[in-house]
Amino acid sequence: MKRAGVRLLQVALPPLAFFAAIVAIWQLATMLWDIPGYLVPSPGRVLGAAREHAADLRAAMRLTGSGALCGFGLGLLAGTAMGLLFSQSRVIQRSVYPYAIFLQTVPIVAIAPLLIMWFGNGFGGVVAVSFILSLFPIITNATAGLTLVDTNLLELFEINNASRAQTLFKLRLPNAVPHLVVGAKISCGLSVIGAIVGEISAGFGTESFGLGTLINMATSKLDTAYAFAAVICSTLLSIAIFAAVNSIGATIMARWHIAPARSSTTDMNA
Amino acid sequence: MHAQSLDVTYEGAIRALSGIGFDIPSGQFVSIVGPSGCGKSTLLRLIAGLVAPTRGDLSVAGSGPAIARRTGVRLSFVFQDPTLLPWRNVRDNIGLPLELQRTSRHKRDPRVAAVLEMVGLTPFAGRFPNELSGGMRMRVSLARALVTEPELLLLDEPFGALDDMTRQMLNEELMNLWNRRRWTGIFVTHNISEAVFLSERILVMSPRPGRIVADLRVPFDAPRRHELRARAEFARLTGEVAECLRRTGP
Repeated sequence: MKRAGVRLLQVALPPLAFFAAIVAIWQLATMLWDIPGYLVPSPGRVLGAAREHAADLRAAMRLTGSGALCGFGLGLLAGTAMGLLFSQSRVIQRSVYPYAIFLQTVPIVAIAPLLIMWFGNGFGGVVAVSFILSLFPIITNATAGLTLVDTNLLELFEINNASRAQTLFKLRLPNAVPHLVVGAKISCGLSVIGAIVGEISAGFGTESFGLGTLINMATSKLDTAYAFAAVICSTLLSIAIFAAVNSIGATIMARWHIAPARSSTTDMNA
Repeated sequence: MHAQSLDVTYEGAIRALSGIGFDIPSGQFVSIVGPSGCGKSTLLRLIAGLVAPTRGDLSVAGSGPAIARRTGVRLSFVFQDPTLLPWRNVRDNIGLPLELQRTSRHKRDPRVAAVLEMVGLTPFAGRFPNELSGGMRMRVSLARALVTEPELLLLDEPFGALDDMTRQMLNEELMNLWNRRRWTGIFVTHNISEAVFLSERILVMSPRPGRIVADLRVPFDAPRRHELRARAEFARLTGEVAECLRRTGP
């Protein structure tokens, strides 16, 4: 127990000390050089703004969070469904999959205004942007997991005269689970970005006051301290969702008894 | 089982097998030895109905292998690697073939328990493949092949990745199991002493494109025990197979 405590301290202390130093330098810099508050507010003023608008920020976090989770959930379902389709038909995979890859290179942020136009400048539009952004990592990872199955295992199923459905449910789907965990970790971070971008694109006419809306409003009024507070809340939201998905993923992986599928892009903002 | 002038040519014109012919009576344990890449595994996949011959005839119990397999000839295959599902424990991995045949749970359980006992894995039934040693994993793989009570057991260098002691022990276990069940066994290996120890007959193959260059009988009586390996007769036969292989060499 004591060992674990010491270790935790060793891990947690350096970044915490660094954080404290940065905040201190930031506070000192704003005081020493007299930087105007509308450019860079001091940490104290950011904290003040956060306290002042606490209720609004909380409500916005809830709203943006639910938008992101809806988009992420839909992305998980739709992406897995697409992967299933690709794994069952070579023709469909050959003809459609290249576009799924190609579409990933389209800066989705650029089409956010279009999505808002189509799905409305409220919650629906926000979910749509979040969904589109979280969809592709799920498609690619699900497809990989469902199709990249050990040849010997496929032969084992063939030798035992397994049906298509048996091969899908007893081999391909379980094989895809670790890949889906990797995809979900990438997607959940993207879904928060999608939700905030959606809210910013929705602009002032929105009926949905999420964190993106607050950032928009605060910057237009040069209330930079409030904007900072909203940005920090966005980060906290992102971290919370990632941590939740990560721990669910770890629980699943432990039951799967294999080393986690490696991906160079497991970072939340990849 | 009957095979006549089998040819397999892969796309890109790599000729894997050429003019292979043999008959294997039911209940015989045959080893196929040959240098790496001679097409031994291809031959086994042919018999399992996983690949089709480019030319020639192959019949298992009177019909083509893929058809035989679908019409009730009980066939099992043991791969080079244990080929287990990592997310299933030992018991559920062994039960998989029965599950795929839609055998009901209450019929499945006693049979799984029986093979677990047979290969000495009962205490490990709840373990997962990543918690087992290489030798134990191979035992699980063997148990999974035996759970369907196969009439034809195909083994593709199953013990190749194991250390020599584990390999010898698994050879002895396999021998005992065969003595009890007397399935038709086809065992592919490049380990000569393993082939001599296990089989009643050895087919020696040439380098690619693989042909059968010798068909040797192994006269030792059952039950074969580990002391057999120390007998002069055993060494003589091992030498003879090695000599055959050397002659075919490049």
